[in-house]
Amino acid sequence: MIGITSVGAYIPRYRLSGEEIGRMWRTRGKGEKAVAGYDEDTITMSVAAALECMKGLPAPEALYYATTTAPYREKQAACIVAGACDLDKTCRTADFTNTLRAGTTALLAALDAVKAGASSAIVTASDCRLGAPMGRFEQALGDAACAIMIGSTDALARIEGSYSIFREFSDVWRTSKDHFLQSGEGRFIEEMGYLPAMREILSDTMKKYSLGPADFAKVVFYAPDARGHASVARGLGFDKTQVQDPMYDAIGNTGAAAAPLMLVAALEEASPGDRILFAGYGDGCDALILRVEKRPSGRTMRDRLTKKVHIDYGSYLVWRDLLEVERPSLPERPAPSLSSRWRIRDTLSSLYGFKCRKCGTPQLHPLGQIVRVCVECQAKDDFERYKFSDKTGKLFTYAIDMLQPTKNPPGLNGVVDFDGGGRMICELTDYDVEKVHVGMPVQMTFRKMSQEKGIINYFWKAKPIE
Amino acid sequence: MKSMGSFAVESIRDKVAIIGMGCTRFGERWDAGVEDLLVEAAYEAFEDAGVAPKDVQAAWLGTVFSGMSAMTLSPLGLQFIPMTRVENMCATGSEALRGAAYAVAAGVCDMALAIGVEKLKDSGLTGVRGPAVVGDNPDGSACIGSGYSAPASFAYLGTRYFHQYRIDRDEGKELLAKIAVKNHQHGSLNPKAHFQNVITVEQAVKAPIVAWPLGLFDCCGVSDGAAAAIVVRAAMAKNFRSDPIYIKGMAISAGARQGSMRSGYDYVHIDENVFAGQQAYAQAGVKNPRKEISCAEVHDCFSINELITYEDLGFSRRGGAKEDIHAGAFTLQGDLPINTDGGLKCFGHPLGASGLRMLYEMYKQLQGKAGPRQVKNPRLALTHNLGGNAGAGIGCVVIVGNELNKKP
Repeated sequence: MIGITSVGAYIPRYRLSGEEIGRMWRTRGKGEKAVAGYDEDTITMSVAAALECMKGLPAPEALYYATTTAPYREKQAACIVAGACDLDKTCRTADFTNTLRAGTTALLAALDAVKAGASSAIVTASDCRLGAPMGRFEQALGDAACAIMIGSTDALARIEGSYSIFREFSDVWRTSKDHFLQSGEGRFIEEMGYLPAMREILSDTMKKYSLGPADFAKVVFYAPDARGHASVARGLGFDKTQVQDPMYDAIGNTGAAAAPLMLVAALEEASPGDRILFAGYGDGCDALILRVEKRPSGRTMRDRLTKKVHIDYGSYLVWRDLLEVERPSLPERPAPSLSSRWRIRDTLSSLYGFKCRKCGTPQLHPLGQIVRVCVECQAKDDFERYKFSDKTGKLFTYAIDMLQPTKNPPGLNGVVDFDGGGRMICELTDYDVEKVHVGMPVQMTFRKMSQEKGIINYFWKAKPIE
Repeated sequence: MKSMGSFAVESIRDKVAIIGMGCTRFGERWDAGVEDLLVEAAYEAFEDAGVAPKDVQAAWLGTVFSGMSAMTLSPLGLQFIPMTRVENMCATGSEALRGAAYAVAAGVCDMALAIGVEKLKDSGLTGVRGPAVVGDNPDGSACIGSGYSAPASFAYLGTRYFHQYRIDRDEGKELLAKIAVKNHQHGSLNPKAHFQNVITVEQAVKAPIVAWPLGLFDCCGVSDGAAAAIVVRAAMAKNFRSDPIYIKGMAISAGARQGSMRSGYDYVHIDENVFAGQQAYAQAGVKNPRKEISCAEVHDCFSINELITYEDLGFSRRGGAKEDIHAGAFTLQGDLPINTDGGLKCFGHPLGASGLRMLYEMYKQLQGKAGPRQVKNPRLALTHNLGGNAGAGIGCVVIVGNELNKKP
């Protein structure tokens, strides 16, 4: 029976409060939004969500990446995500982009793939949309990712039905030249765009399957903001308790990730037998009807939302490249070489090193050059591949570096000893400087290292296990 | 500690003598280019040895960033002799000496020039680049480590040393500060040093942090400079001067980055230093370095590295550097004065020149010509470099003396 077999989510730990934005522009702000770290984007957040979702399960045969903010205009992101997740080369990868509905459309495509015989397919939905400083979207838009696995066995929730409409309507858009979100006049796009479309998809879906509001434990749907969300729910006769919290006050409107993320939260709180009506919006609507079989074990959305760090407006500007800062006086790093990166592609994408067949020592060359001679026993070319990205470790020693060119100073670098053997000198991220200590447990996280000559260099950093 | 493997002991002892040395003033030499620095150091050495440039039969140039190939030596006007450029990171100057000394010891020439130079301040940048190999880093770029600075790569030693020996933050900072205070005191007596100011422990402790636990005064200067040595067969030395200096031991040890890759490495010692030291001591016949070495120049690129080196070279017992620092053992008044010319901290650190600059000070000390910094009756002196960093380095030790050993 086809359904959702696993879920995962990634909310960056940083928050920008409406109050902080209000302080900047002398306006009134409320709530807060999740902000991706300076070294994160929709690819890195998708990797984090996908790894959580896939943990302990057989690898999916398709990975679909959905977003409106893919880092590259030409170059597939799904492929980078699949590589970081160490999926088999036969895994089908595709990007679903350009619409807020990308997440739900990718879910329908995954559903089709499984119906057509794939054992499972994973969808990541993520976004990092930017509102222009001082504008109405600045406060509204947040960053996050989630991942949903569709499979044919052992479902958390069966998919009972689906329904889609497309509708050409210009409410929000970005041309290839736009940095910030553009939109039509507020009441017009709400009254003539979002509200009628969302009401229509929800009521037509119920009609199609001969169901009414009372048949659903939860209704989970996208809205541009909390007000629009409440208005739709009221209009269709759903009780307040049936409506899934959109989390807009806590993390903002996370674009293509918003509705799928609400679904993840709903599933994590659901009881077996619950029926869920779920709808995404953007240039039309996609809807799904789900029947809960069991609640996923593990973290809930509440767990993910409790650990947070508030940043100031200046950091936000710098992290999002909205403010030019002085170049460091240290010598510039030479740009990475494409051919050199290619030779160590296994290490770059999923942190593969080697394990000596003779002496069993796991090793990862600190400078990324492929190990040919065992550093322990000098055996030559007698290794098996050994993955470090999924290993935890401990911080053996560290330096808090004021000179490191980072957008979140001070930089932290350390020597990480992996549980099970092997050592790596690397950058750390998402740390509280005052809590860093020798012996601190860490895990690996896929991050953006630098961007030179237009190429984004992704690699692994260590971060404290919280 | 692993066994050192086999090597030929005493292969260099007393075979080569240094008969002349030169060293420029180090610092921000806006007035001088690479050519000026080379000429300044080489001609001081020629004059000191009482020889002419045409007497030199071969030359080795050490530089990391300031020129490719032997053509960098063109400004000296040497005439069609064999010349070679060598590079071994911060051990580059000592590597040039090795080339020249081995050529003389092998009998392929009677007199050779070793010269090191670095012109860092023309870059307009702070600090130095890493070994510039494309694709050196995990993300495919080339610089020191994965984006971290040189101070950070040495700060690892500090963090771990304090942790292992249960030294709290304040005491640790004070310990490192005392090393900087000593080197500034020594530098203040040296007109060729980059920094000639004295500082207090309080100043050093309160200075801005560069890479915790290292502050501003824990980091050496980025300087321009050059230094040169003229070496001849030991048997010829007295023809040139009455007080030649003899090479007693000379060793380089380069690792395979074991420390960065193997969990066993402790970050409170540096194997490359230990191996280089043991080999050089064996060649020189030194059994008790603390007693037999009269004075030394060690690689204090960062104060913690000087501290670790005390222990690696057997000047202090393991974990015992603290007592010796507090007792002032390595000051000019102590029993083993270290970095008598101010060290890398105050004399400055033009990479390719540093090994030979250290040798210059030891040469002057052994000749009794170190002026206000003179150590009493020195017999054996030592220079030490560490290229690279902890866990992935090149250790180099040279031992020199002012008398020939009696043949047993």
